[in-house]
Amino acid sequence: MSSNSLPMPDAIASAPHLTGSARVLDTLHDWVITVDHKKLGLMYIGMGLFFFLLGGIEAIIIRIQLLFPLYHFVSPQVFNRMFTMHGTTMIFFTAMPILFGFGVYLIPLMIGTRDMAFPRLNAWGFWIALFGGLLLYFSFVGGDGLYGAGNAPDVSWWAYAPLTSRAFSPGHSTDYWTIGVLLSGFGSIASAVNFAATILCLRCPGMTLGKMPLLAWMYLVMAGLVLMAISPLTAAQIMLLLDRYLGAHFFDTQAGGSATIWMHFFWIFGHPEVYILILPSFGFISEMVPVFSRKPIFGYPIMVAATVGIGFISLSVWAHHMFTIGMESYENAFFVLSSMAIAVPTGIKIFNWLGTMWGGKIRYELPMLFCVGFLFQFLIAGLTGIMLAVAPFNWQLHNSYFVIGHFHYVIVGGILFAIFGAFYYWYPKMTGRMLKQKLGLLHFLLFFIGFHLTFDFMHIVGVLGMPRRIYTYEPGRGWEYWNIVISVGAAFQALGIACFAINLVWSYFQGTRAGRDPWDGWTLEWATTSPPPVYNFAQIPEVKSARPLWDFKHPEDPDWKYL
Amino acid sequence: MFHLVPLDALLARFSPTNIFAPASTPSDYLYKVALLSLAVTGAIFLVVAGLLVYVAVKYRSRPGDPSEPLQVYGSRQLELAWTVLPVLIVMVLFLSSARVIHAVQDAPKPKNAIEVIVVGHQFWWEYRYPQYGFVTANELHVPVSDPQRPTPTFMTLLSADTTHDFWVPRLAGKTDLIPNHPNSMWMEPHKTGLYIGQCNEYCGTSHALMLLRVYVQPRQEFDQWVKAQQQAALSPESLSPEAAEGRKVFERTACIDCHAIAGTIADGRFGPELRHLMSRETIAAGVASNTAQNLRTWIQNPGAFKPGARMPAMGLSDQELDEVTAYMMALH
Repeated sequence: MSSNSLPMPDAIASAPHLTGSARVLDTLHDWVITVDHKKLGLMYIGMGLFFFLLGGIEAIIIRIQLLFPLYHFVSPQVFNRMFTMHGTTMIFFTAMPILFGFGVYLIPLMIGTRDMAFPRLNAWGFWIALFGGLLLYFSFVGGDGLYGAGNAPDVSWWAYAPLTSRAFSPGHSTDYWTIGVLLSGFGSIASAVNFAATILCLRCPGMTLGKMPLLAWMYLVMAGLVLMAISPLTAAQIMLLLDRYLGAHFFDTQAGGSATIWMHFFWIFGHPEVYILILPSFGFISEMVPVFSRKPIFGYPIMVAATVGIGFISLSVWAHHMFTIGMESYENAFFVLSSMAIAVPTGIKIFNWLGTMWGGKIRYELPMLFCVGFLFQFLIAGLTGIMLAVAPFNWQLHNSYFVIGHFHYVIVGGILFAIFGAFYYWYPKMTGRMLKQKLGLLHFLLFFIGFHLTFDFMHIVGVLGMPRRIYTYEPGRGWEYWNIVISVGAAFQALGIACFAINLVWSYFQGTRAGRDPWDGWTLEWATTSPPPVYNFAQIPEVKSARPLWDFKHPEDPDWKYL
Repeated sequence: MFHLVPLDALLARFSPTNIFAPASTPSDYLYKVALLSLAVTGAIFLVVAGLLVYVAVKYRSRPGDPSEPLQVYGSRQLELAWTVLPVLIVMVLFLSSARVIHAVQDAPKPKNAIEVIVVGHQFWWEYRYPQYGFVTANELHVPVSDPQRPTPTFMTLLSADTTHDFWVPRLAGKTDLIPNHPNSMWMEPHKTGLYIGQCNEYCGTSHALMLLRVYVQPRQEFDQWVKAQQQAALSPESLSPEAAEGRKVFERTACIDCHAIAGTIADGRFGPELRHLMSRETIAAGVASNTAQNLRTWIQNPGAFKPGARMPAMGLSDQELDEVTAYMMALH
């Protein structure tokens, strides 16, 4: 190894020795100008965690307000801003950056290259997304609008027309929302181009498309979806700006514009967006479950096929968010069929993960705990999704708390559990330290309990007729007790998150050293040091199968002999 | 001794808006297909979750066993099985959905159907009965439908401003009221009573307070109600002196820009029609009961009941408030 090592570490060590504030400034400067995928990945993740905190605080305010019927913790105006900001923040500025961050960090390592294909585009994508998020939050300190539109957007994260027209949303809060989301979309598109180029062009020698880690496949399909789905949203945002400031009438119903066109634009983004978020999570699960089950992924080719299938089908299901807008019966029937069709490849994935565990020797390390949580909750999320795809059932459930329960099952029970697993799994690679085991267990338990208290009972209160986005409700509707339980669950979740946050910081300083390969892993990131050097690998590796480190560790029985 | 409570009444006890307590034909269709999908997904859940638990427990690693398990890469037969089976299940659910979609959406309108035009406003409901030639607000009255001679209610859904949604879970599934995009829905209630619901599409500040009340009445009672609604407003002479003063205040301030009282000069279109205000049990779209005190508070400061209400506080003096309230109280 040493004969192959590049001279870079010496170059860094021999940089002029700075002291005190000059050194802090220098480090800061280094992070600002960096184009290194690992630093950018960490900054993406840091950005996501920062906004996660803000979105979480908004959720807590929502839950306090809904604790009791006719309760007045915040005004309706503030409540409406809270759920608008909570949704926008969690989707665009929490889930997206964290998932992009893991991808930007891991993809070059896992496919055995030194950086993303376009390092500067990578940096641009991050900074523009961050500025989008900051701009959105500047609305809080921006001037008050006229009555009805305060100093933060209050049009919900769907921003349905014509609520966003200047007649109903005077002032600038909606503009903050539009431009903030627009900028984040630019960043996402830039990163998607980068992911696709990196995965398609920079794989190490020997790594054919059929031999790359499943995570890379998931990110490749996700990148395609970003290009297809974010673009209509971007177009719609620009049209909205034209409507508001240049007198266009795309969504201006008073002048012959169409409110439903906005819905179509929004949901042809909105539904693929769910898959944009879940595919990377599938990637995490597909990396962790095999390693902790000590078996290769069950049915690699069909997993890839299912991923590509999900990618295509997800572009044709958007109007299942619109079963109540009065489409023709045959249109509704079409979207029932397409929405249910997506259950097939998704089901294949769940079965294949179970097939991977079957016959394995499962080690219940923290990442695997979160994987099992993911599997259980994602199964339920998929099944409630099927119920919602039954259009006649949807005519009752749409926009009720059942839907809130359903998609939080997807986003929290699925995506967030996978993200937590990924933190416990790859934190050692990123920092060189293990996360604390006991604190992690406490995090898992508190969050698991809180999750189920909150989101299980949302389904029930939804079936009892409670609509989403209401700032209060009258007593006697049978919703009182459920709402208390739901809010108590939110408190448990907050405690769990506190454990996680403490763990992230504490382990950075006090965690046990991880070494290169703490989990006995099989993909290339575990072949380099933790944290990896700037150049990732002293020598670009060469692989013969999807599990190069398995081949290396078991020369008598390598994968490439069978595949 | 032991009375068997009907299942729907039992379920309605959990909540007056329980979707599993249908009291009308379309909601009953939805209820049945909902039960089917619950049964199917429930069965899938039991099988797969059972499998997950089994695998997670059975194949846990035992301490002191460092060996690797058999490396299995997949099985074409198994993968084919768990592709084909879900396809079959999906087809069943799709076909039964399609049937109900057709039954509800493409149902023909019988000749003796009641027609109502529903107009959503921020944050109240306007109801027009074109067959009977009157307009009312916030409290919808429909006749119960006799299975021998069905009289369903067919509604055209319009919006005056933002998108709203009509949802009375026990009577029908929900449908949006979208500006510049007329929709329709129908219901056919089998039992009399008051059914509640609320706006189900976020429409602005007081979206939460846009409540729905549907009074399902025996046919005779409904006909009487219609007749009462069709009656002309009280003539000025028959008003008490205070109410007559109130009428003057009402007609010389901006009240009449928004409110109509058919038969008087008040013909505004932005707010609820008030001709028979006192025939309603509630004001402000179900937010408060219709009492003199509440009416007075409402007129003085609508925001007290409904933040963000489009009706402005008119800045009337105490005396004027009393008078206008008296006028309102005379609108039987």
